Amino acid sequence: MLKYFAKRLLLGLVTIWFIASATFFGMHAVPGDPLAGDKAMTPQIRANLEAKYGLDQPLGTQYLIYLGNIAQGDFGISYTQENRRVNDIIREHFPISATLGILAIVFAGLGGVLWGALTALYRNQWPDVVIMFAVILGISVPSFVVAAISQWSLVGLNLAAGTTVLPIGGWGSIWHMLVPALVLGLSTMAYLTRLMRSSMLEVVGTDYIRTAKAKGVPPTQIFSRHQLRNAILPVITVLGPAIAGITTGGFVVEIVFAIPGLGRYFVQAIQQLDYTVIMGTTVFYGAFLVFMVILVDLFYGLIDPRVRVDQ
Amino acid sequence: MSPNRQLAQFFLLAFAGVALLMLALHYAGSALSGTSSDVSAVDEDANSISIIIREEPPQLNSSRATDAISGMVLGHVMEGLVRMGLDDRLEGAVAERWEVTPTQATFWLRENAKWSDGQPVTAADFIFAWQTALKPETGSQYAFLLFAIQNAEAINQGTLPASALGVSAPDPYTLVIDLARPVPFFDKTLVFPTFLPIREDFYNATNGRFGADADQLLYNGPFQISRWVHGSSMTFKRNPYFWNQDEIHLDAIHVPYITSDATASLNFFKDNKIAITGLQAENLSEAMRMGWQIRQHRDGTVFFLEFNHRQGRVTDNVNLRRALQLALDMDEMVYKVTKLPGYEPGVSLFPGWLMGEEKLLRQEYPPQKITPDASLAKQHLQKALQELGLKEPPDLVLLSGDNPISSVQSEWVQQTLKTKLGISVKIDKQIFKQRLAKMTSGDFDLVLAGWGPDYNDPLTFGDLFASWNKNNRGQYNSPELDAFIDIAQSRLEPAVRMKAFGDIQQHLIDQAVVLPMYERGVTYVVDPSIKQLKRRVIGPDPDVSRAYIDTSGE
Repeated sequence: MLKYFAKRLLLGLVTIWFIASATFFGMHAVPGDPLAGDKAMTPQIRANLEAKYGLDQPLGTQYLIYLGNIAQGDFGISYTQENRRVNDIIREHFPISATLGILAIVFAGLGGVLWGALTALYRNQWPDVVIMFAVILGISVPSFVVAAISQWSLVGLNLAAGTTVLPIGGWGSIWHMLVPALVLGLSTMAYLTRLMRSSMLEVVGTDYIRTAKAKGVPPTQIFSRHQLRNAILPVITVLGPAIAGITTGGFVVEIVFAIPGLGRYFVQAIQQLDYTVIMGTTVFYGAFLVFMVILVDLFYGLIDPRVRVDQ
Repeated sequence: MSPNRQLAQFFLLAFAGVALLMLALHYAGSALSGTSSDVSAVDEDANSISIIIREEPPQLNSSRATDAISGMVLGHVMEGLVRMGLDDRLEGAVAERWEVTPTQATFWLRENAKWSDGQPVTAADFIFAWQTALKPETGSQYAFLLFAIQNAEAINQGTLPASALGVSAPDPYTLVIDLARPVPFFDKTLVFPTFLPIREDFYNATNGRFGADADQLLYNGPFQISRWVHGSSMTFKRNPYFWNQDEIHLDAIHVPYITSDATASLNFFKDNKIAITGLQAENLSEAMRMGWQIRQHRDGTVFFLEFNHRQGRVTDNVNLRRALQLALDMDEMVYKVTKLPGYEPGVSLFPGWLMGEEKLLRQEYPPQKITPDASLAKQHLQKALQELGLKEPPDLVLLSGDNPISSVQSEWVQQTLKTKLGISVKIDKQIFKQRLAKMTSGDFDLVLAGWGPDYNDPLTFGDLFASWNKNNRGQYNSPELDAFIDIAQSRLEPAVRMKAFGDIQQHLIDQAVVLPMYERGVTYVVDPSIKQLKRRVIGPDPDVSRAYIDTSGE
């Protein structure tokens, strides 16, 4: 078990190194000048700025310096937020994205299991049809539409109530998180619902359920011990990448609800060619994703005794 | 059915779990970042208002700040030698009075101007700030604004030490500036953030983090930043040490939200959380239905179609440029294509708000209006083809930004040139930084570009196409134009200068050096109880530093 874990960790490190290198060279291959601004610079000022960011070195040297800095956990200073270290940006803004993401995942996970189980129980009856219709909507309507509509509805709600029932944006209390987390988790919830439904239906037809029924096991027990527990496995599988996806993919929701999360920096850095922030956030998120996948694999073994991780 | 009961149980448990988790997150969250305090747009009891900003201010170190948002924040919490008053005229700020001669500028500072720690603002604080901005290692992109001062350029190039700067303080409240050349509008350039004072001992104590946080700044303006949660919110509190308390009415200005989403901003306004918001074209009818008082403001920026004048480029040919000038109807583009409220079709590189000698420059030197004429355009095109030795109209590359407005405009240019002149245009859509890189390297025929003013003098636009100007990215080079610009730059007599600007304007039109497309406007709404909210072309915009709340008029 420990040996397996160590091996996975080592592989993970190699993956992160690969991500870092690919991002570094990809970023430098993207046309455009990270130092360019509205107004032209004198060659002297430009040279000063290049020296400040180490851009005056050959690319190979820059790469080595950069790898060395990453190994020490230093991502450098942002190009656009000129007074802030990338480490500070990640430290200040990731917890916000993570908090929002965790809540979204909880909504998505619980909702997905619940609705999925419901649709399977009422297969081809009206609850199934209604829920599956909502699922299709949840998967196909892009999040910026959902975010805009929900914020618009909140404004209407507050106007009708004459007071602030729920804040329509900003950050600070649980009330600020509620709607953005639901919006953020919606598509994952829809996806999990569908997964849970098919997984439940697959399990219903298996031999062991029939055996349990024949043995006279109470339906409650069949449902919880045999059906639900077996059906939930695929859900756990996709949950790992989904966690990483949700905590990183909150760009749209963060912009619409004015939430100071890391997702904004992640996307804006690319538009602004902010080299250090691109590198910092990509490597950080890459490491996060790798770690989540390893974690899920370990959990897998705990939930399903048939899966032995050390083999 | 028992699975139902099971599900109900699961549902209940899940619900309880979520509630518990949310409670935990609530406390964890408030420990992490107590950010968006629940403030309303206008709070009469607290005497405060709330506004929104588009993005986190990138740079509050005034010696390095270049962008509008940092400028807006700095304009509320700092004060320079002079400022633009509510009547758009220059007025004394830290300086009580001043005098500009061709060789020298002298400023007498008021002795009651204080920093937020109670110490007086002295001439030394300005000298230190300017030397800092000029030092090569600071890497200030706007250092060029200081080049009118003796030795400034040499210091910036690293050939002279910062101490060689031609400024001196005979006493703590007198600042004498030796000018490298006569600059008739020198005092007007001083409203720019680069000229704000910085106190040396404080700057050095911040260990290179000057301006990075609320407590890493020393304030001498009407307000001070009392709270700054990065990317999330800011609060400006009244500065008790500010000398001119009579002009300041608000006790606090809140910035509870930072987002670039225009719809979200409108929603915050509707929800009574912010007191001012911009309006998009699609929101206008709703704004009218709500009975809001819609206001317009021209932000001073001019957008134009720029040519690549490098030798060997077809756009170097004046008849080809004239053909385009006659084919493109900017009225049609502004009123029928983009249809953005507050936008004005471009007729000159010099926008309408610029002041001439006594009246608006546009009144003193009205630009020649080009009437679109397709057949005349074709004649010019024929002439151009002959001169270029071409049989078919050449294909042109139009470099454009990646925002929706640029896309619509470049497609309009493409369509118009195809139908009117038979010229095929290939649109090269690029992100901002790449567009600039391609402009600098000359990889285009036409480009959609814009220019915003740095100071309140026509020269801020007038020297744009000088052969020595690095922002002249199409590399237009004309001795005749350079001569006009030289007069505008070096002569002191206003009448002579304004005549030169008139000549520059005529030259740009005659030679079709650049095709002005439009002057940008913003449409916005303000909470009606807020008075003296000032929109500006030069200086902090919007400026609420002198605003007050008056609910009686409603």
